[in-house]
Amino acid sequence: MAVTDIAAPVTPAAQPARPGAWQLLFANTLATAGLIVITLVVLVALAAPVLPLADPNATAPAARLTPPLTDGYLLGTDALGRDILARLVWGLRVSLAVGLSATAIAAVAGSLIGLVAGFAGGRVDAVLMRGVDMVLAFPYILLALAIVAVLGPGLVNALYAIAVVNIPFFARNVRGLALGLSRREFVDAARLSGQGSAEILMREVLPNVLPVIVITMSTTVGWMILETAGLSFLGLGAQPPQADLGSMLGDGRAVLFTAPHVAIIPGVAIFVLVMSINLLGDGIRDVLDPRLKSGALARPGARTKIARTAAPAPAAPGALLEVAGLKTHFRVGRSTVEAVRGVDLAVAEGECLGIVGESGSGKSVTGMSVMGLVPSPPGVIADGAAFFRGDDLFALPDGALTALRGSAVAYVFQDPLSTLHPQFTIGQQLMEAIRVHAPVGRKEARRRAEALLAKVRIPNPARRLDAYPHELSGGMRQRVGIAMALANDAAVLVADEPTTALDVTVQAQILKLINVLRRETGVAVIFITHDFGVVSAVTDRVAVMYAGEIVETGPTAALLSAPAHPYTARLIACVPVLGEPDRAVKPIPGRPPALVDLPKGCAFAARCERAQDDCRAGPVPLAGSGSRAVRCLHPLTAEAA
Amino acid sequence: MASTILWRLLTAIPVLIGLSVIVFAIMAMIPGDPATAILGSYATPENVERLNRQLGLDRSLPEQYFIWIGNILQGDFGRSLSLNRPVIDEVLERLSATMLLAGTALVLATIAGLAAGVVSAVRQYGLADKALTLMVLIGISMPAFFLGLLLILLFAVKLRWFPASGMTAIYGGGGPGDIAHHLVLPALTLAVVATGVIARLTRTAMLEVLRQDFIRTARAKGVPERRVIARHAFKAALVSVIPVIGIQAGFVLGGAVYVETVFQWPGIGSMLVTAISTRDILLVQGGVLVVAAAYVLFNLAADVLQMAIDPRLR
Repeated sequence: MAVTDIAAPVTPAAQPARPGAWQLLFANTLATAGLIVITLVVLVALAAPVLPLADPNATAPAARLTPPLTDGYLLGTDALGRDILARLVWGLRVSLAVGLSATAIAAVAGSLIGLVAGFAGGRVDAVLMRGVDMVLAFPYILLALAIVAVLGPGLVNALYAIAVVNIPFFARNVRGLALGLSRREFVDAARLSGQGSAEILMREVLPNVLPVIVITMSTTVGWMILETAGLSFLGLGAQPPQADLGSMLGDGRAVLFTAPHVAIIPGVAIFVLVMSINLLGDGIRDVLDPRLKSGALARPGARTKIARTAAPAPAAPGALLEVAGLKTHFRVGRSTVEAVRGVDLAVAEGECLGIVGESGSGKSVTGMSVMGLVPSPPGVIADGAAFFRGDDLFALPDGALTALRGSAVAYVFQDPLSTLHPQFTIGQQLMEAIRVHAPVGRKEARRRAEALLAKVRIPNPARRLDAYPHELSGGMRQRVGIAMALANDAAVLVADEPTTALDVTVQAQILKLINVLRRETGVAVIFITHDFGVVSAVTDRVAVMYAGEIVETGPTAALLSAPAHPYTARLIACVPVLGEPDRAVKPIPGRPPALVDLPKGCAFAARCERAQDDCRAGPVPLAGSGSRAVRCLHPLTAEAA
Repeated sequence: MASTILWRLLTAIPVLIGLSVIVFAIMAMIPGDPATAILGSYATPENVERLNRQLGLDRSLPEQYFIWIGNILQGDFGRSLSLNRPVIDEVLERLSATMLLAGTALVLATIAGLAAGVVSAVRQYGLADKALTLMVLIGISMPAFFLGLLLILLFAVKLRWFPASGMTAIYGGGGPGDIAHHLVLPALTLAVVATGVIARLTRTAMLEVLRQDFIRTARAKGVPERRVIARHAFKAALVSVIPVIGIQAGFVLGGAVYVETVFQWPGIGSMLVTAISTRDILLVQGGVLVVAAAYVLFNLAADVLQMAIDPRLR
């Protein structure tokens, strides 16, 4: 129908009928069904003069209102005894011709307006598009009625009226695209080569907007057939003796109670015709513009799907939170992205553990997996366990896990503008966090929320409660995010890049705040970051992740001063040091491996200067003594020792 | 917020002016002599000339527009030829019936569409979702004028649950209960298409919102899933659904033309159809202008509502 407004996809050049477009269309069962019905209908309509049909206008008073399936009258007769089958076929012809002509007129006129507006820009664009908006400001069919009122009832006038009210849809869709195209290099090149505006429009711009015109046609043609039938039904379109499906339905209305088939048959015909056009239209749209494909968005569930075969036993009995053998995968289509490939971690009461790595190393997914916050689909926990005070979190029923979220393990996320709900005040959001865990009234919750804001050093907490997230600065918002995580005295705080979206001074303030809060509340923290500078400021221990695995772990100070894994060393070298502008920041050459197709040996080998043949031969274990461990056959510390 | 709303109200004025220009322009395109078209072909030359002077048709087009709009602003829409009464009286009388029908249909469509959209998003690819997809498809392909006839056949003729036509019973009708009884079938008919469109949009909006970071935050703080959907996701999805409800108001007001004709509902839609058949140009013009203005107000209400639920827009 005509409400689709297609956002302009700016493609450099239209690929004329992408290979496979037809296959894609046929893969869509409904669209294929629509195509078959339309093809049949069109063939029948074209063949009407040669088909063995009765004269559609021959009246037979003796045979009036014959019911369907009577001898000689397959679909019966109408109030004047005319053969309904013959009238249906001829009416179909008229309806199709009128609907398609209206679509063609609207497409040509609308596209022309859109092309000119988008290409000329400036005042021409403003005037044309204001006019288009004005037409859209009318209730859809009303303008068509006004036009018919002026021109007088009649099929051709109805056709014009329906075409006019559909022009805006073409104009708007085409204009958006043309506007983008008119600023592109190949158009500039054409201009410089001396082509005139009209020539450029026809030669360079038109081919590129053609898919959008086709999409708009396919979404409006059904609607236009419906509306012309509607005008005829009202007696404003086809005039006797000429008949289309709409006027047949209108005639049938007069004998609705005595012979309903006279109305039902043309009604069903309109419905089937329009429905098959819409099915085909949806199919065409999906092929030409896959972004709009319905069903492309999968709904992420409330909890990460768990598909492990066996649950490991806790290995670090004293730990507050332990992650054992965690494997989290993303299943996209037939491929599986192994984002986390067997991670073991443990945090003690009051401890701060840093997880460090580049984006895509699996550090955030590890943190999120603990409370089942990885979106499913596509996320799946394929193996492993997370233990909170010895309880396997992955084995808990949904309700029990929800009760522990925020009260046992709480999260602080990266960008506080997108992670706070834009339509609730921070007071409402804090109070909700309190009240889903504690049975307190609104007043008490508000008092506690105010105390929380004071705790994260937000000035004027009582007033800030009524502010919306967008009214606060980035640093303030992150303080709110931290306050919300502290709302229920959680034992563990998972802070996922909490300072990345902030500027450096604010970053320092937030890190200081986290340190102060650790002292005040004794909360254990898992601090996820890509920045070793941040790691040194807050963490006691560090785990370095690369390609979904921990490659090195140890106490922060020891690991910083003497990294064992070449990757750790390179990451540390990436940190710019304040006051040492001459120190060269050395980026790591190459990219992390794709997590769908991993090498069987060390994942870092391809980027490592120290890599040797044995590195690539097979999996490298995480080995070490005491508090330190490294996944490397030729660690840097081996030479020093 | 008050100043933002006031500003939004002011932006409706150019739209209303634009609407009047378009209606005027269409009327100016009447082939031949407008006065003859208005008075009919049997009018005396004196009457034609008098009307020409009265309408200022002997002046330039811009002048004509200002005379015309001046009259309309004073509530003078001219006199209906076929009814022999002022256009404004007839239009206002029928406006309430149309607003009752269209308003009920829009409320029905909004409630049903939002509910169906949310359920279908939450049970994505489930039975309810597939049923909805099918219903939407049928809904947007089913002509309202045919659906109305089918409902009459089933519920009025066969089951005799509801009356087939009119707004009140001929004998002893007119009470609110009687009107409501007559309202059921036409309102349902009119609501079907809008329900489908709103449901489809709500579904998409919910699926998009459920991927947002703030939904993860709500889950991370331990909000039960039911509340995450009903409160956090739904409120965010409404922001993009409300403007569509405003647009649907236009389709409902337009669809009222068919539904009023099928059910002989005494609203502006059925009036327009009769007026076109009798070539009562001034009546058509008045009806179109008033309904278009009502649509502008519907959209205005949608905008204000959207501002009310999204503080970022204030």
